Amino acid sequence: MNTLIIGGGKIVYFLAKAFFSKGYNVTIINRKKEECSWLARQLKATVVFGNATDPQVLKEAQASSMDAVLAITPNDEDNLIICQLAKLNFGVQRTLALVNDPDNEQVFQELGVTTAFSTTRMISSLIEQRTGLEEIVSLFSVGEGKVNVTEVALTKNSPVLGQSLMEINLPANCLIACILRDGDPVIPRGGTTLCAGDRLVLITLPENHGPVLKMLTGSNI
Amino acid sequence: MTQAKNMYIIVIGCGRLGSFLANRLSNEGHSVVVIDVNSNAFDALTADQFSGFRVEGDATELAVLRQAKIDKADVVIGATHDENVNIMAAQIAKNRFNVSKVFVRILDPNKESFCKAIGVECVCPTSIAAEKMIADLYQASGS
Repeated sequence: MNTLIIGGGKIVYFLAKAFFSKGYNVTIINRKKEECSWLARQLKATVVFGNATDPQVLKEAQASSMDAVLAITPNDEDNLIICQLAKLNFGVQRTLALVNDPDNEQVFQELGVTTAFSTTRMISSLIEQRTGLEEIVSLFSVGEGKVNVTEVALTKNSPVLGQSLMEINLPANCLIACILRDGDPVIPRGGTTLCAGDRLVLITLPENHGPVLKMLTGSNI
Repeated sequence: MTQAKNMYIIVIGCGRLGSFLANRLSNEGHSVVVIDVNSNAFDALTADQFSGFRVEGDATELAVLRQAKIDKADVVIGATHDENVNIMAAQIAKNRFNVSKVFVRILDPNKESFCKAIGVECVCPTSIAAEKMIADLYQASGS
């Protein structure tokens, strides 16, 4: 896979290294001359010096041969233009942009960027997930944070002990996918009864993530 | 010149071009809002010509564009010194808020075809000046 990364700093360096270890080809565009020579010395990447919002510079970096373009400069506007140029002028199928303003995630996707991700939003959701109770472990999220997969332990204070799934009446858009009971996985059905010590693997959408956890643990999240 | 009806115009950037446009358009009776990241830039708006509003903020931030009531705008002009800011704000205006007329100032003639492709009208002073100079040059040399 041919990848083109635009940006600077440690993030580009480590990202390029991670891509190499996956066997990808990496080209980097950076607008600081000293940083370009440093990157070229440290990595076996092709490094192009210049402003990537200039179509000539993208051409020099052989943008048309890229499978993916990743724009991670600190400026939202530059990342947008880079992705749009890559798509429109060079036919790149997959473009990814970093955005500062979380609102721009949606805006960029409306304007043709394949994926836009906001570090602000990712960090704030990580913090939200980690500051919950200890018996709640956020496993991962799917679809750029649109679906959360969480592991919840039921303590003896849980209000749902001894009730079946049918009885506890979980809200819509939420699923108890699996119960780990004494280390054994159980795929629950409506009649399955919940016990203290059960660890539930829970799939939720963000809007009812909090209410469902409250329902199962009895605590405010 | 026939006077167009009163329009709601957002000018992004209050440098030489932005302030000139804002002063002139406001003086001609349009409702003008100027956005700039730096509030000192608004000093270029003259009290005898400009009677519009000033919004301090970054025009690539959706909240700032909303504060300028972009959903009500008839025209959005991108006049900052950073053409990428101009192009981004213009696209948001056009695609998200259905502003009927957007145009931007760009400096790099290489981006003219790109602007056309994304449907943003652009004015490039670099190529205008170059073409004028070349035309004058040929005229002077009589060829």
